[in-house]
Amino acid sequence: MNLHAIRAIYRFEMARTRRTLLQSIVSPVISTSLYFVVFGSAIGSRISEIDGISYGAFIVPGLIMLSLLTQSLSNASFGIYFPKFTGTIYELLSAPVSYLEIVVSYVGAAATKSIILGLIILATAGLFVPLQIQHPLWMILFLLLTTVTFSLLGFIIGIWADNFEKLQLVPLLIVTPLTFLGGSFYSVNMLPPFWRTVTLFNPVVYLISGFRWSFYGVADFDVRVSLAMTLAFLAVFVATVAWIFKTGYRLKS
Amino acid sequence: MAAPALSFAIVAGMPDIISIKNLSKTYASGFRALKGINLDIRRGEIFALLGPNGAGKTTLISIICGIVNPSEGSVQVDGCDIIHNYREARSLIGLVPQELATDAFESVWATVSFSRGLFGKGPNPAHIEKVLRVLSLWEKKDSRVMTLSGGMKRRLLIAKALSHEPKVLFLDEPTAGVDVSLRKDMWQLVRSLRETGVTIILTTHYIEEAEEMADRVGVIRNGEIILVEDKADLMRKLGKKQLTLHLQQPLSHIPEALADYHLDLTEDGSALTYTYETQADRTGIVSLLEALNAAGVGFRDLQTTESSLEDIFIELVRTGQ
Ligand SMILES: Nc1ncnc2c1ncn2[C@@H]1O[C@H](COP(=O)(O)OP(=O)(O)O)[C@@H](O)[C@H]1O
Ligand SMILES: [Mg+2]
Repeated sequence: MNLHAIRAIYRFEMARTRRTLLQSIVSPVISTSLYFVVFGSAIGSRISEIDGISYGAFIVPGLIMLSLLTQSLSNASFGIYFPKFTGTIYELLSAPVSYLEIVVSYVGAAATKSIILGLIILATAGLFVPLQIQHPLWMILFLLLTTVTFSLLGFIIGIWADNFEKLQLVPLLIVTPLTFLGGSFYSVNMLPPFWRTVTLFNPVVYLISGFRWSFYGVADFDVRVSLAMTLAFLAVFVATVAWIFKTGYRLKS
Repeated sequence: MAAPALSFAIVAGMPDIISIKNLSKTYASGFRALKGINLDIRRGEIFALLGPNGAGKTTLISIICGIVNPSEGSVQVDGCDIIHNYREARSLIGLVPQELATDAFESVWATVSFSRGLFGKGPNPAHIEKVLRVLSLWEKKDSRVMTLSGGMKRRLLIAKALSHEPKVLFLDEPTAGVDVSLRKDMWQLVRSLRETGVTIILTTHYIEEAEEMADRVGVIRNGEIILVEDKADLMRKLGKKQLTLHLQQPLSHIPEALADYHLDLTEDGSALTYTYETQADRTGIVSLLEALNAAGVGFRDLQTTESSLEDIFIELVRTGQ
């Protein structure tokens, strides 16, 4: 294990995070606050409780999840895309590091940043609505699993993308819609039967449901189903990354 | 008496630092950039890989360093296979790439320290300081990389490559686009590195660079190594010499009697030039001088010039040996 390399990459990535800390924290915090003002207070006051939870509180886990997913994706994809873009990737490829070490350090750094942001948003939410977390360990588990899983996806996107548009494409066209339609702002049970069935194919639904359960003990699905789905995504992305490195896809000619 | 014999035994017993066997590369486009390369690099030498643009120099280096996958063949670095023992092999190598690819926002110190860590070495500020001083980057250690000039960035890439104390240093066109004084500094640096036991492989299409620095020269053309020679041998073997005779009386034409020597007469008729191959058993100089004497052509001075590696190289690449 080349621990020096893992440490070097992780610190390098965290230094990048630190340089852009203000913008990377300020914008999610502002947008989350806006969600609370609009949905939580303005509209939410006219919406009845869902599963016995006030609407403002109900949307907290979904909003955090939304930030976690988008942040993990963009941090990880940018982290590996940028060296490809500038050409400095030559050094990584010529270094005595294993694929596992590369993934651990890049994904670890991206996940760290997302978790910090998630916690900041959680604290921000606490300013607007009274928070309760019934199952803190599960909450942390879902937080970790989600950030790692989607940082892996981000890593894959960063390797696949060969221009900045593609880098934005997947988060914008797929992940954000899936998150919005994944029960961030409503319970899946509120949907008509047909759409409810469609929603079952949206992977993000399970993440949000599980995360919400860890807060309030109510969920659209059994928490074990949520956990199993999350782990399944993790496995798919791990397998994809393994394939990328085995074939040198978009990294080595 | 024992000492030289012993050191000879050690040198003779030491395998080559890099051994390339039957290496080929076909890119995804179907283009065959390397065609069965066999090449051994000796421990501690400066090896210049000389070849025109597109010959496959960067491809060869990139395979050895792990940036490009080989299609066929194998490479060993100090006995370690670059695929199966990639960790050991790569930790021995420092690479200065052809393209000036650098970070932008990091400080010089941070980016060089990063490289050391990436190559699996623990922090050693004293070594980093030494490298930065040698490369005249010490004053810039806290500057952001993007504020450096092109020449400084080139030196920064060298500093990064040296940060983990490699045994083998690859310099891919190190002086391309570098001004003359900096080039001289670079050569000086390379020589002093060799003195510390580092093996240096540099690619170049500037012949004067190979001529100035290399112990051995390899010429690559269209993905094939067409020649590997000690530089001195190469110049001796392939070198042509010219004998110029400054005449006492200008000639209007070359006398019939001297036709066999294929002489050239300068425009003003004041000098004759005779070209001969140095490796030939008989250069023909003696008989030429006798023939001149017999024809009554007197000369007041003579001089010989040797063709440079550049002439040899152009000849080689043009004719394909
Ligand atoms: N990724 C690639 N895909 C296809 N062809 C390539 C690639 N990289 C280099 N080549 C081709 O391989 C040949 C050798 O290139 P290169 O090794 O860079 O030559 P040199 O460094 O000697 O100038 C060139 O014809 C180049 O166009
Ligand atoms: Mg090249």
